[in-house]
Amino acid sequence: MKPRSFDRFKTLGFVYLILGLFAITTIAPFLWMFFASFKSLPDVDKSSLLPPTWHAKNYAEVFHQIPFGMYYLNSFLVSAWVTFLTVLTSAMAAFAFARMHWKGRDAVFMMYLATMMIPGVVTMIPNYAIVVRLHLLDSYTGLIVPAAFSAFGTFLLRQFMIGIPKALDEAAFLDGAGPWTVFWDVIMPISKPGLAALAILTFLGNYGSFYWPMISIKTDSLRTLPIGMMYFDSNYGRATNLIMAAGMMSLIPPLLLFMIGQKQLLRGIQMGAVKG
Amino acid sequence: MRTRAAKLAPLGFLAPNLLGFLVFTAWPVVYSLIASFSNWNLQKTVSSRFVGVQNYAEIFGDSKFWLSFVNTAYLMLGIPVSIALSLWVAILLNRKMPGNATLKALLFLPSVTSGVAIMILWKALYNPDFGPINSAIEGIFHWFGLNTHGPQWLLSTQNPLSLDVEKVGLAHKQFGVGARDALNIMGIWGAIGGTNMLLYLAGLTNVPEELLEAAQLDGAGKMALFWRITWPQLAPTTFFIVIMSIIGGLQGGFETAKVMTNGGPAGTTTTMAFYIYKKAFEEYRIGYASAVSWILFAFVLGFTLLNWKFGNRGENLA
Repeated sequence: MKPRSFDRFKTLGFVYLILGLFAITTIAPFLWMFFASFKSLPDVDKSSLLPPTWHAKNYAEVFHQIPFGMYYLNSFLVSAWVTFLTVLTSAMAAFAFARMHWKGRDAVFMMYLATMMIPGVVTMIPNYAIVVRLHLLDSYTGLIVPAAFSAFGTFLLRQFMIGIPKALDEAAFLDGAGPWTVFWDVIMPISKPGLAALAILTFLGNYGSFYWPMISIKTDSLRTLPIGMMYFDSNYGRATNLIMAAGMMSLIPPLLLFMIGQKQLLRGIQMGAVKG
Repeated sequence: MRTRAAKLAPLGFLAPNLLGFLVFTAWPVVYSLIASFSNWNLQKTVSSRFVGVQNYAEIFGDSKFWLSFVNTAYLMLGIPVSIALSLWVAILLNRKMPGNATLKALLFLPSVTSGVAIMILWKALYNPDFGPINSAIEGIFHWFGLNTHGPQWLLSTQNPLSLDVEKVGLAHKQFGVGARDALNIMGIWGAIGGTNMLLYLAGLTNVPEELLEAAQLDGAGKMALFWRITWPQLAPTTFFIVIMSIIGGLQGGFETAKVMTNGGPAGTTTTMAFYIYKKAFEEYRIGYASAVSWILFAFVLGFTLLNWKFGNRGENLA
């Protein structure tokens, strides 16, 4: 072996060692969670990592203790609606900003950009008051609608649409297509990667959303997973094995989504970070 | 000539988003600013009225607010550590090697799964009597022949800086490891392989390969290569990441406080964001909470302007 390639070998070994340590540190809490979710309650407090006896029944028990299926369904419903509405309204607005010419366009867009830096806590209190006034507190509509308009999504898709060659929609216009046809049949199909990135980001963000569902929902059967789990933890705090089983189940959808849409998700994050 | 319909078309496309934007973002900002000058209280029977800058004056003398400020700053101490580790991991990952994509996905896991489930998990990990973290620590102590108990983690007000609890200052008996450190460790764990690492990986592709090779031929060592070439080339990325982390950190700590500590022990994990929540939704002092949120906004605005003035808005990042 030449000294140079041996050096390379040594370097690679070091790289794997360090990255391996980081990876193990990252995974370890999840592993503990997985094993704890299969333990009997007394076994959770013992220091052995593996369950002495496996209690798959813990998972069923969660559904007996709390309306976990309902929380699941609520989270899915709300996230799906928010994602659909966000992607649609963002794409339409992005089309107006990226592909159409009108007076005041850049000023309005700057206003959109500027609002992205406003802390959520500033608008949270007035939003609560508005939703109370609209009689939407403690309802699906109240959960979905305030979350369904995104300046960030508009920005993300505008960046995407601005890169599409002008000749495409000009050709369609010359063929007599109206703006909606250009939007729906020309721009939207080309924008699919951007739409997918925004959809995944929005779904994940909303699936984990905490603040708004917590202050706007009072009825147990309307709670989403994060809120349901928080109350499960504070009311049944000592049932660590069941709480970990609930936690494991709540992680499955985002993990699946991540496995399916990893490429789009990572691209979305990098595109989104450019917002500054 | 363009028809009236053609002129109105942009508005048609913009309308759904713009309407939502006006109702749930633009108007709330104005509303919140107005509310911050009032004594609006959801519990009070007397009608609310404007009180001028009274809320802001009260905040200035509100020791609980200043403690929340200190707590927020303390919980941002993990930021430089996590950024440095993200950079390290990105540099290690920035090469052709088998398993690269798998490692990246594994390290990114906490970012996908972030949220309540992870916080409840860490709450169990930090359990001082039965949690695996203290089991491991006490195991190591035991191995050295010590019979010492591990830290009380989320139950403790202690911190390595010896910051006092009830007032802004120092106190010897506060020396140790406590809730805020626990949250910082969890935050670092979650952030290493997250967005910052992805941004650094993107930034590293902009570091010219020829420059590195030329310097290597000149006999430059690994550290010299890093400090003389990679680090300066990544400066815009680092600036962007630092500013974004500060902006995020200033607004942070609500979820962890609500799920893990309820802002305690003794209020040591009550950040500005959680303080606003408590004032608004536990004490129903909407006016006062709005004023605090505008103070927080002022800090965020300061760092945003800094980014606009000196940053490149991240333009060459992606």
